[in-house]
Amino acid sequence: MIVQALVFYVFATISIASAIMVISSRNPVHSVLFLILCFFNAAGLFVLMGAEFLAMILVVVYVGAVAVLFLFVVMMLDINIEKARQGLKQHLILGGSIGLVLLVELVLILSSTFASPEAVAVASVPIPNIDVVHNTRALGQVLYTKYVYLFQACGMILLVAMIGAIVLTLRKREGVRKQVISDQVNRTREESVEIKKVTSGSGI
Amino acid sequence: MVDFWEGYALPTVIIVAQIMVVVGPLLIAVAYLTYFERKVIGAMQMRKGPNVVGPFGLLQPFADAVKLMMKETILPSGSNKIIFIMAPMLTFILSLVAWSVIPFGEGLVISDINVGILYLFAISSLGVYGVIMAGWASNSKYPFIGALRSAAQMVSYEVSMGLVIITVLMCVGSLNLSDIVMAQKGEYGMFNWYAFPLLPMFVVFFISILAETNRSPFDLPEGESELVAGFMVEYSSMSFALFFLGEYANMILMSAMAAILFLGGWLPPVDIAPFNWVPGPVWFSLKIAFVLFCFLWVRATFPRFRYDQLMRLGWKVFLPFTLFWVILTAGVLVGFDLLPAAQ
Repeated sequence: MIVQALVFYVFATISIASAIMVISSRNPVHSVLFLILCFFNAAGLFVLMGAEFLAMILVVVYVGAVAVLFLFVVMMLDINIEKARQGLKQHLILGGSIGLVLLVELVLILSSTFASPEAVAVASVPIPNIDVVHNTRALGQVLYTKYVYLFQACGMILLVAMIGAIVLTLRKREGVRKQVISDQVNRTREESVEIKKVTSGSGI
Repeated sequence: MVDFWEGYALPTVIIVAQIMVVVGPLLIAVAYLTYFERKVIGAMQMRKGPNVVGPFGLLQPFADAVKLMMKETILPSGSNKIIFIMAPMLTFILSLVAWSVIPFGEGLVISDINVGILYLFAISSLGVYGVIMAGWASNSKYPFIGALRSAAQMVSYEVSMGLVIITVLMCVGSLNLSDIVMAQKGEYGMFNWYAFPLLPMFVVFFISILAETNRSPFDLPEGESELVAGFMVEYSSMSFALFFLGEYANMILMSAMAAILFLGGWLPPVDIAPFNWVPGPVWFSLKIAFVLFCFLWVRATFPRFRYDQLMRLGWKVFLPFTLFWVILTAGVLVGFDLLPAAQ
């Protein structure tokens, strides 16, 4: 048990420390790299809780794909960190209040045992015992049956977001030459080769 | 004290020993993969390949390693030092940690976790960070272009790879790597391996792992004819060697993944007397060697892809095709009542 506790504290400490570094480091690329470290440690915490499927999906989706694109964009930008810091005082009230609301909500979730014991009971209903069904199967059993409409709604939202992003960034440019592979493959000898008799010394 | 020994120290010693047993041969395999590559490509181009150092040139990998260690490690003054040093280490570490879930035989696995295939997929998707970090930290044009290409390439091919894995998982009904191998055991011997019923998926998977490991014909991140050496331009000595080792260890890892998913892992091709006497790890190594040979064969045969063609292949050809096969396989499994039973 002591190893588990030790590992928990290691993951927890590193994830909190890297989360702080995300907002405090001066170089935006370092921020993203710390964010990745934070995700990774969160995945470690999931494993400790016995939710190995969620842990792996977190790494595959967030670290393996989303954060790569994040890093991609941040590296291309030329961000002047001093300039970005200038408006700190004006945004402090708005940002601080959003942070406060989030904090209160998190505390409410964590303390829901006291606030409403019924909510906890409802939330824990679909979770079967971990010894009976391992959590990948358990997720599959409720995701496509009990929560299928919510699941589909999430899919739709993502699809709309994706189409929106494509529509916003798509621009038709004139004079761009594109390779059309079917045209190249369908070229015949007649339309591309012409044989000429050349008399010596005169050229074509 | 006895509790401490039996509860903590002994398991630690056993795990460390297991890790040594896997990593030692792996590093030797990496060294000889470079030799194998040069010999195979040499033979395909009617040359001899390395043949001077030691008998048949067998000591060539060690000569190369010593040469690399003797060289000076150069840290470019404009580079971001910490990330510059971390990048090759990350590449190398990631190529080693993935081996913890690979089953070499029945029960011969360091960690037999339930979500083994997802773990492999997650670790292989992290490989891109080594390249991006190296490209950015070098603070130079060619490495940066190489890194950007690599990021786009690896993310694109991961999508179709994921769909291929889903197809196999639907046939198996488990995410455990040992279960995936055991599901390919049947009365028809090697014709039960998924390479046969799912042949198109095997081909897509093979091409995707070429792109995922940045191997020819998809070696655009390196692209020596246009980008000098891509993200590795600024690296020298051991930091370069770590990238090199990481790349080859990744090749072996991906071949192992292909062997497990499609070539029946440690199972013998025919389950009769002389074949099933051979221990499982030997069959497994032979299958890995076969896939690796295909890697080198491709390298000696095909010219490099152009970048837009690479993206077209990934998004416009493989993605719709694999998506179609996922639905087709699901339809066949449900329609003919072949779905694996719940465990």
